[in-house]
Amino acid sequence: MSTAAIPSNELVRFGKFFLDELKPRGKWITPFNVISIPVILLGLVILYFRFTQGLGSVTNLSQQYPFGFWIGFDVMTGVALAGGAYVLCFVVYVLRLEKYHSILKVTILNGLLAYVFYSGALVLDLGRPWHIINPIIGNSFGYNSVLFLVAWHFLLYTGALFLEFSPTIAEWAHWEKLRKFLTSLTLGTVIVGITLSMLHQSGIGAMFLMAKPKIHPLWYSEYIPLLYFVSSIFGGLAMVIFEGTISSKVFSNLIGAKTHHSHEDVILGLGKGAAITMFVYYFFLAFIFMHGEKWKLLNGPWGYWYLVEVIGFVLIPCFMFAYGVRNRRFGVIRVAAIMTVLGVILNRQNVCLIAYNWYVPNKYYPSWEEIVVTLTVVFVEVWVFRWVVTRMSVFSKE
Amino acid sequence: MDRRQFLVASATLSVGGIPNVNIKADDAKEPREFVGVLVDTTRCIGCRSCEVACSETHSNYVPDITSDNALESIRDTSERQFTVVNRFSTEKGEVFVKKQCLHCWQPACAAACLVNAMLKTKEGPVTWDGDKCMGCRFCMISCPFDIPKFEYASWNPRIMKCNMCYERLQEGKKPACVESCPADALMFGQKRELMEIARHRVYSHPDNYVHHIYGENEAGGSGWLYLSAVPFNQIGFRTDLGTTPYPEYTREFLISIPLIEFGVPAFLLALNTLTDRKDELRKDDEWTESGVEK
Repeated sequence: MSTAAIPSNELVRFGKFFLDELKPRGKWITPFNVISIPVILLGLVILYFRFTQGLGSVTNLSQQYPFGFWIGFDVMTGVALAGGAYVLCFVVYVLRLEKYHSILKVTILNGLLAYVFYSGALVLDLGRPWHIINPIIGNSFGYNSVLFLVAWHFLLYTGALFLEFSPTIAEWAHWEKLRKFLTSLTLGTVIVGITLSMLHQSGIGAMFLMAKPKIHPLWYSEYIPLLYFVSSIFGGLAMVIFEGTISSKVFSNLIGAKTHHSHEDVILGLGKGAAITMFVYYFFLAFIFMHGEKWKLLNGPWGYWYLVEVIGFVLIPCFMFAYGVRNRRFGVIRVAAIMTVLGVILNRQNVCLIAYNWYVPNKYYPSWEEIVVTLTVVFVEVWVFRWVVTRMSVFSKE
Repeated sequence: MDRRQFLVASATLSVGGIPNVNIKADDAKEPREFVGVLVDTTRCIGCRSCEVACSETHSNYVPDITSDNALESIRDTSERQFTVVNRFSTEKGEVFVKKQCLHCWQPACAAACLVNAMLKTKEGPVTWDGDKCMGCRFCMISCPFDIPKFEYASWNPRIMKCNMCYERLQEGKKPACVESCPADALMFGQKRELMEIARHRVYSHPDNYVHHIYGENEAGGSGWLYLSAVPFNQIGFRTDLGTTPYPEYTREFLISIPLIEFGVPAFLLALNTLTDRKDELRKDDEWTESGVEK
């Protein structure tokens, strides 16, 4: 409907407007630019070698470790931490808790960019990325594959996030009619989006169900899908707190006074939500542990490492959230949020890389090239984020 | 034709029709069964002719079996070799074991593949189709035997694994390794027949074999079967894989998808309606305005 309704001179106007908006604003020499530009350039050079000489030329992937840092960190962790978008959509549109409306747009934008860049980083890892259309165009549907589900839900959910964010784009481009139409789609998109999220967040966990003999029994259980889903809720909430803390400092000039003021209240609410879901998650872990009679496994380095994750990065931040919310200690909440984010990262690395093939003598460590490319993906995402928030009304101006 | 005649006629027709249909269905049934190979490790002499024959057939790296001393260490199949023979020192002396894809009855790799590039063919071999594969390597994560290998050094990498010489089977030939074996350690055939032969050998020489046929039930059963004189964990086999076919582990999750896909949106819409506070406030206003309460 959009192109048909817009006359050609409108397209010309938008073209000029877009080119104008593309121009950089503000200072060029900032600490972030100085660090990120060389890293991005180096990342592009590495990617050139990756696509001409194979994955082995830049990564430490092996026959024992087919999934490395790009999958384990970029895709699996990136998607889990982008869970804030569907959680907040649920809170604002389904539960109608208006208090959180002020941070909704920026959370959806974060989610959208995370899906585009982090699940997009999958393309870098695929051996034959030009065949990525095969599961989409339908010449070979692997219906019985969990990955088929995950791939489709990634794609559809990225589309849903784009639709959820699209009214802001229409507003920026001064397409008022289109904006009204897109806004009217929001509730439907949100409901579809939450459903898609539930399925692909748990689907990423379900990918490891068939790796039963390879994952250390402390990390393997038939409930991995449930654990992945629940951890994406509090991981997403912690990420919203973490990002909100940074944004409110870096982009303070873009945020309205009222929003700035109510931000404390929002953080208390998010912290409370995180504390509750983390406790539920801890309960699930304990239940799985008891039910599987895994006491004996706790003896030895793998058992201690498991306790570090479960006590140090789930239970302790859970109590810190609860304490921080009760006593309005924002510093405690922020530290808890960072620990929670680290905990989700740790959990995904454990399942995917560290406790995967735990009995193999040659363990996998990411190469420096893999880390540089990951940083490249993160930095490019931050660049796009910065470009969008300085041009569109993402932050609440009230 | 009155009603009675009609009923009798139709009853006769239907009764007569049913067996006919059944006979036709039996005729149409696929006569072939899954094929496999029986490996008798008590017969293998470790000559590695199968490695050479395999690599020559599939244009892979051909090992120099006369001088490379490869038996000194335990090797795995690789992106250059679909099959390797390993030597194990056991209580009953040296045992040679050939390793390659087991061609599972219900392969985890094929269930993992989102584009059906990994395929359990109706003849039995599990094959790989390069025109479909995305190179996601999920088959490698899923295979309990760690068989699929990836060409990390190529810009256009392939998943490399034994396909039981599918092309040769189509021509009516046996797999290259089976044909090359000078010691009769490998036997090609339908699994049902191979199981009978394997059991016969175990029963008639109970002192020469352990009472177990690897591949009969492992991970749901496989096309390749192994006989051994010593317990299988002494000659490099995993004995902790269970007898459940690996695709079963994801079955419950996959079944729950349509339930969630239809149930959750309905639930969310209901919640959205229930939480409509504005509607509630408006009704409150109407209530007081009409003066019923006051």
